[in-house]
Amino acid sequence: MSAALLTFFALATLATVGALSLILQRHPIHSALSLIVVMVAIAGLYLLMGAEFVAAVQIIVYGGAIMVLFIFVIMLLNAGVEERTDFSKLAKFGGLPLALALTGLLAAAMVRHGSAIPNPDTPGALASTETLSTLLFTTFVYPFELTSFLILVAIMGALVLAQREKN
Amino acid sequence: MAEYGFWILTLIKIVLLLIVVLTANAYLTWFERKVVAHMQTRMGPHRVGPHGLLQPAADGLKFLFKEDVMPDGVDKLVYMLAPFLALTLSLTSLAVIPFGPKPLPFTFFGHQIDLWITNPNIGLLVLFAITALGVYGIALAGWSSNSKYPLLGGLRSSAQMVSYELTLTLSVVGVVLMANSFSLTEIIKQQDSSKYGLLGWNLFGIHSFTQVIGFLCFFIAAVAETNRVPFDLPEAESELVAGFHTEYSSFKFAMFFIAEYTSMITVSCLTTILFFGGWNSPFPASWGFTLYLPSLLLIPFGLWLVYDGIKYETLFGRLVLPVVGAALAAIGLALILFPGANEFIQAPFWFLSKVFFFLFFYVWVRGTLPRFRYDQLMNIGWKLLLPVSIVNVIITAAVVLLRATP
Repeated sequence: MSAALLTFFALATLATVGALSLILQRHPIHSALSLIVVMVAIAGLYLLMGAEFVAAVQIIVYGGAIMVLFIFVIMLLNAGVEERTDFSKLAKFGGLPLALALTGLLAAAMVRHGSAIPNPDTPGALASTETLSTLLFTTFVYPFELTSFLILVAIMGALVLAQREKN
Repeated sequence: MAEYGFWILTLIKIVLLLIVVLTANAYLTWFERKVVAHMQTRMGPHRVGPHGLLQPAADGLKFLFKEDVMPDGVDKLVYMLAPFLALTLSLTSLAVIPFGPKPLPFTFFGHQIDLWITNPNIGLLVLFAITALGVYGIALAGWSSNSKYPLLGGLRSSAQMVSYELTLTLSVVGVVLMANSFSLTEIIKQQDSSKYGLLGWNLFGIHSFTQVIGFLCFFIAAVAETNRVPFDLPEAESELVAGFHTEYSSFKFAMFFIAEYTSMITVSCLTTILFFGGWNSPFPASWGFTLYLPSLLLIPFGLWLVYDGIKYETLFGRLVLPVVGAALAAIGLALILFPGANEFIQAPFWFLSKVFFFLFFYVWVRGTLPRFRYDQLMNIGWKLLLPVSIVNVIITAAVVLLRATP
């Protein structure tokens, strides 16, 4: 087994364990911490694919900024241990089949297009920040700008909601 | 053997860097106390060892032997995790700092010995990623302590660090645009000073565009990120006892302390690399005599130590200080006699001198400025620094574009 494969399995295990722990933990802070572990493990997987820039951004944006806000809100609201409720009907009967279906779908996609997935030897467009940004501003410029617009709308929505009522 | 040589070499380098940095940390506390004391016309520590030089060792031992108290009702796992997180993250960031351009003149089982642990293409982003995670140490410490003051300190610090991270990241975009790379060594190479001396640094930017504004925004934001005066609201002792580390004692408290000082070192290194030419000398290459500056500084300092040591009050001081002084003077003399060694240490010498200056600056600021109020802190971050750094990015981008298209 090569070092890259070993690293992959270590990171994949870490991500899976983190994700499981995210669901099973009773306390919101512990769940949030598990999510951070997942984010960092996924960043490691990106790094393994040769996507250095995406890996760093994954940690900066998701591992850093977004999760800090999560933790901040949990701390601010002083959220306590959550109570377990009975499983919802949908989760009870639909959960397992749906999860299996999703796994099957992903596995099928991976088997069919596995060779196209970037890896350290053929990182493709992910290799350098330059090619990535060129792609973003040429081929994918409309989706990119639309996403930015969506985020702008979300920010304005938050501002409107957070505005104090004027008497 | 050659296959494992790389791993062994890296391990050795990591251990060496850790030893150096932790010692530097310890002496940074001594330095800070001494400088602040002299600014306030006091003596500072001077009982333990000559000029208080053994004070850090005494403090370290004291930390180890203090009782490790864990308050009731803490979240044990997170409470233990927080100081480890703070310390490991701040130490990890040093791994990507390059200290000099040339590898050592010998190899280790065929592997070149560079003056850095690793030099990734995205060095700058790695540092930002680590900074982004760094807030957890403080936030979680505040939350898990099950106490009101730490909680408030943790909340303050997460709000503060998230706010200033924007400025921190935006203020270096100008530098990245000019260097066209996230690699720290590339950024230093772009600030070549062999022709124009210190005018080549990004601060003055004769190669493309001055980054004075970027530097000011970066340094202010960086001081805020490291929770130092005047932005040390997370540990404002007049309001929050000691903020996020109120409930920590013994070595766990020391870990936060070491983490803070290590971040200071990292920020000083980063400021040096991004805006002050890294290891580039401030003088043009044609000024050959500046090569002897390290010696010219070391010899008088060594001789002064000998002079000071001979008339020192304690016997220990009379023994140690002259010996250290003589050793320093001898090193300075040796550098003049061996031009090869003198040339090799130029880059690390300038790099470390600049880092030392910024560490002094940190202490200087601490001895000078009062703490900001919380609303002032938020106003400065969002209404002043952020717009200014955005304008800086736009102007720099325009200049880089104009220069690229003749």
